[in-house]
Amino acid sequence: MTATMRCDIVSAEQEIFSGAVTMVSLRGTIGELGILPGHAPLLTGIQPGVVQLRLENGEEEVFYASGGFLEIQPSIVTILADTASRAEDIDEAAAAEARQAAERALSEQAADFDFSLATAQLAQAAAQLRTLEELRKRRR
Amino acid sequence: MAVGKEIRKKIGSVENTQKITSAMQMVAASKMRRTQENMRRGKPYAEKMRQVIGHLANANPEYRHAYMVEREVRRVGYLVVSTDKGLCGGLNVNLFRELVRDMAQRHSQGVESDLALVGNKAAAFFRSIGGNVVAVMHNVGESPVLADLIGGVKVMFDAYEENRIDRLYIASNDFVNTMVQSPVMRQLLPLNPDVGDSHQRRWDYLYEPDARQLIEDLVVRYVESQIYQAVVENAACEQAAKMIAMKNATENAEKLIGELKLIYNNARQAAITQEIAEIVGGAAAV
Repeated sequence: MTATMRCDIVSAEQEIFSGAVTMVSLRGTIGELGILPGHAPLLTGIQPGVVQLRLENGEEEVFYASGGFLEIQPSIVTILADTASRAEDIDEAAAAEARQAAERALSEQAADFDFSLATAQLAQAAAQLRTLEELRKRRR
Repeated sequence: MAVGKEIRKKIGSVENTQKITSAMQMVAASKMRRTQENMRRGKPYAEKMRQVIGHLANANPEYRHAYMVEREVRRVGYLVVSTDKGLCGGLNVNLFRELVRDMAQRHSQGVESDLALVGNKAAAFFRSIGGNVVAVMHNVGESPVLADLIGGVKVMFDAYEENRIDRLYIASNDFVNTMVQSPVMRQLLPLNPDVGDSHQRRWDYLYEPDARQLIEDLVVRYVESQIYQAVVENAACEQAAKMIAMKNATENAEKLIGELKLIYNNARQAAITQEIAEIVGGAAAV
């Protein structure tokens, strides 16, 4: 039997995932993280992007998180996401449109333009699209 | 026939009241579903957040936030979450009773209290009995927005940071089920260590990128989530309590109408019997 740990993903709106996993990988504030059971306690922020879980039976699940916190205890991984969704639920058209809108906003900067907000929006839209691509690769 | 005119009028008025209470019951039932859904959605996040903060308070972090330091208690703050409207049975009264008992106990130990109130009912209650109210928030409604709450709550946090209060509690109702809501007082500040956790203060997290920034962000998020959840949960309690209160009122009205009808029919029958007796008596006399 392979070693497992419990993984909980919750967002402010709902509980997304709860169950036993053998590996979690996601993007932390300062880089990619791959977490296996028995990891040292860690507290970090997470960046908008893909959260991959490998389940006990070897299957993989893909989620999207828009930012938040990650807490690791030796046997529990908790992801407190600002908003999170199952990758299947992301609306590709909406994500692509959001990305274009953010890029457009960045290129034609008006006087009262909130640069950091637009950058954050672009990062989120790009991350959503990346999640979808990841999912599609896996399907094939 | 003029018999029992007052009683008939009374029956009519009780029937009208009953119509109103049963309509309110139905309104509360439909609102309850929505508020409960709100509550259910937010609950996992708030609970996980509480767990993580519990772990953090148990750890021995390299950076200790002001919210994590236990101080000698000289003055406490309460954040009281009540409803805006009445007609919800003993919901608010039970909460206030619990709260006042707690405050009185602290008062006897020389610890005074500051109050920040959410909802009209708490405002009215503490206006009549007195108490040091530092902030009031009205009309947060059934789907509260965090931004509305933070303003008033900030008063308390500033007071905590400036050492004017040494502990902050949040008093609200816990939703057990539709029939049962129980008042609870949770300690919000300083952060509450997760009891039941045995390995205390001997380890620390790794922090990425840096403990101070991370803990500050996390603590803010934690406090927001707890307050939001308390308000949402209280809204669900309000609708459930209102539904039950209105159901009881409707049933009581039904019972009252039954009793009044009995009296009315008795009086009517007595009047008829008397009239017949009079006619018979009159005919016999002729």
